Order: sequence, then structure tokens, then C-alpha cells
Amino acid sequence: MRLIVTPRVLIGCVRFLVGATPRYVNSEPVTRQAIYFANHSSHMDTIALWSALPSAQRAQTRPVAAKDYWGKPGLRNVIARNALNAVLVERATKSAGASIIRPLTEALKQGSSLIIFPEGTRRAERLPGPFKGGLHLLARMFPDVELVPVYLENLHRSLPKGFLMPVPMICTVRFGAPLPRIEGEAREDFLNRARQAVIDLS
Amino acid sequence: MTANHKFFFLMGGVLALLMLATAIGAILKVRATNEGALATIDNLNARTRAWWVMVFILAIAFVLGPIATLVMFALISYFALREFITLTPTRPSDHVSLSIAFFILIPVQYWLIGSRWYGLFSIFIPVYGFLLLPTMSCLGQDVENFLERCAKIQWGVVIAIYCISHAPALMLLDIPGFEGQNALLMFYLLLVVQMSDVMQYVFGKLFGKTKVAPVVSPSKTVEGLVGGGLAATAIGTAMWWITPFTPLQAAGMSFVIVVMGFLGGLVLSAVKRSLGAKDWGSMIEGHGGALDRMDSVSFAAPIFFHLVRYFLT
Repeated sequence: MRLIVTPRVLIGCVRFLVGATPRYVNSEPVTRQAIYFANHSSHMDTIALWSALPSAQRAQTRPVAAKDYWGKPGLRNVIARNALNAVLVERATKSAGASIIRPLTEALKQGSSLIIFPEGTRRAERLPGPFKGGLHLLARMFPDVELVPVYLENLHRSLPKGFLMPVPMICTVRFGAPLPRIEGEAREDFLNRARQAVIDLS
Repeated sequence: MTANHKFFFLMGGVLALLMLATAIGAILKVRATNEGALATIDNLNARTRAWWVMVFILAIAFVLGPIATLVMFALISYFALREFITLTPTRPSDHVSLSIAFFILIPVQYWLIGSRWYGLFSIFIPVYGFLLLPTMSCLGQDVENFLERCAKIQWGVVIAIYCISHAPALMLLDIPGFEGQNALLMFYLLLVVQMSDVMQYVFGKLFGKTKVAPVVSPSKTVEGLVGGGLAATAIGTAMWWITPFTPLQAAGMSFVIVVMGFLGGLVLSAVKRSLGAKDWGSMIEGHGGALDRMDSVSFAAPIFFHLVRYFLT
């Protein structure tokens, strides 16, 4: 299975099923280290966004994925580890605290770019729900990393919650311009602004 | 002349035409003076480039044989249906019926052509598909816009799979004296349909003044329709020697193909606009989506198929 599920094969499958064509809305592909943050509505999101990146950026971008789903032995795990080189993390719970973010900070320190879904969980709607604080924490710790908003269209229709197989549906991956940093901005304001940047792309 | 000879003559003609179009496009681009003209010429050249690719794929499929041709058409149906469903508002309860449409109806429909099972080929989607799809959607226990959702899925399935599959289905007709040459009939259909589209575009751009259907399809003009339609009918008549038709029959068949192709473009343009889009997709540079290129084929193919079947077999 490891030999079959290569990045190239995975990208081929994604393009065949959902297209995942990138569109840069008033922006250019970001070549510097970046955190891509997007709305989360299906299990295809991670792979679709990753496939849509230019190949040079894709090689240094690691999706952040929940260990309880992508870490399970079998196909998912092979996709996550072999093809995506994902950073597997525990889901945020009250008791977990800030330590769960450590694998992310380590990946950023090593120079990797990340793909994260700040809502923390999938939503069945077009527009994203409120963002959790992880993005804010990372943005503060790594002020030089670009924050790129991304909107994923149609994927909740291709693979709704509760189904295993995606249905073919053309999904456009819209990349926005990097979020400007504002000195001394409150956490809530930052998170709202980040969420609005994703909504503006929809 | 054998089928292979005819095919090489046909291909030679098409390639000469493409080279001519490429050369004209290059000359026009050098001579273009204003922004608007340049945009039109760039679109024209993008279309010509896409034609090179489409002709190349078609030729490869023909050389590889009937199975490759069926696979190619199955993929065309797949991409066309994907474009249709993308623009159609579906709900999670439609997931199973959509999966069946893509992953069962498409392969089975083309397998039926390959296995030469005409009876089931002609009723599989109108009978079994028609009854199965709403059944699966209704098991999702979601009645919101149920009839609209089912009707739209059915419509997409009939156009993208059933109608388009009639083009390669020409291969399963037994025409006396034309054995082993049926693929040429499919080429003939595609040639006349697409030449009609191209000629209508060219005549429309050169002489177009009066719009035929300004609301449904603003780019179609009476001058384009008449000039392009006559030119395509003339081309179809001149190509009678690759078909089992007499020149007069070829003229009649071409005329029907042209008319049906025009109506297909018109109707699918209305459908597209009612779904709120200008193009079906962006897969083929300059043309739009796969369905923008196949809209006229989807109307012309079934009628051409049944006329040939009725009069020649």
C-alpha cells in the first residue's frame, strides 16, 4: 500500500474527483514559509488544499491532522504519513492544555509550512464557524510566517459528514492575500479578522 | 477504400484545417490593433489550441481501438456530469444516488455498448436509472425540494450519460456493406457537429448582426446560424464517401445533425443560465467546460443514431 499511495497518485485521484484547481484572489502564490488556514467541511479538505499548492510549496507544507482520525492504522494513516507527511495532533480538550500545540511549533521551527483548520471540527455549512485560539497562538509565536487565508468551495457537498466515498464535484481552492499583522490586536479581534478573511473569499 | 485509408484521409484533412486555423490566428494576432479585437483573437487561438488537443486524444482513442474509444467517452460523460452536478443544488440525502450515477450508471452504460447489448443499452437509464435514483434519494428522509432535486439529477444523467453515449453506440449498428467501419460514422457525427459549431462561430464573428435568442444565448446570430449551418451541411455532404450514405442522404443527415446541434447548444445554454452560470466549467481553455463542447453532440447523437438505425439496418 505504501508503494501505491504516493503523493503523485493521491493528487491524481483528488484532481479526478474534485478538481481542486487553485485560484488566487487578488494575490500571488506565497513562496515564503506560511500557515494556510481554511474552512473545514469535509475529510477531503486537507488533501484538496495540499493538492492545489504549487509543487515547490507543497513539498515543504505539512497538513495538521487529528490523530484520532488520520492516525488510525490502514489507508488513512498511510495517506497521512506517506503522502501528506502530516503533523498528527491530539484534538483540543479542556484538560489537554497548550502542550498539544508543540508538534506544530516544532514543524514551524524546522521551516515547514502548515495547513490548519482553525474551527477545529468539520461543519456542514458553506461558511466557517468561530475560530479557536490555536491560530492566534502560532501567529504570535512566529511573527515572520505568512498567514494565508484559503476558502474551500463545494467540498461539503462532495463528501458530507457521515459518508465514506466522495462524489465528483468541482472544487475551487481560493487563496487570499496574506493577513496583515496588527500590533497589539486583541485575540478575539484577530480571530474574527482571520475568519472574515476566509469568508471574504467565498 | 478501407476504413484505415478513409481515416488517414480524414485525419489529414482535419490536420490541414487546424494548421490553417493556427496560421490565420497568428496572422490576425500580429495585425490586431485594439484591445477588444485582441481579446477575441486570443480566445480564438485558445480554442484552436484546445482543438489540437481534442483531435489528438480522439485520434489516439481511434488507433487504440473500440475499447479505448468507449473509455474516452465514459470519461467525457464523467466530466460532463461532474460539471452539471457542481452547478446543481444537491443535498446530503442525494449522496447515494449521485454515487450510483457516477460510479455505476456510467460504467454500465458504456459496458453495454462494448458488449453489444442494444436492448438494455437503450432502456437502462430511462427505465432502471429513472426509477432507482429517486428511490435512493428518498431513503435519505429529506423532502425539501425533493422533486426539483430528483428532476435535476435525472436531467444531468440523461444528457451527460445517456445522450452522449449514443455517439460511440454507433459502433454497435450492423450496416450491410459497411462492416468494420462504424467508427468512421462516429467521426462523421463529431466532425459535422463540431464544424457546425466552429462555422457558426466564424460566420457569427464575421457577419453576425441579428441575435437569434438574445436571452438564452447572446452569442448566437441568424447570420452565424445560416452561414455556419450551410457550410457544415456542405462539409458533411462532401464527406459522404466515408459514410454508408449516398451524397443526397449525407446532405440530409448533415442537415439534421446541424439543426439538432444548434438546438442542443440553445437548450443547454438555457439550462446553464437557469443554474446561474455562464460556462459549465473551465476544463478546456477558451471553450469553457466539457459540457460546453458536448452540448450540441448530446442532442445530435441520439437522433443521428436512430435515423441511421432506422434507415440503414
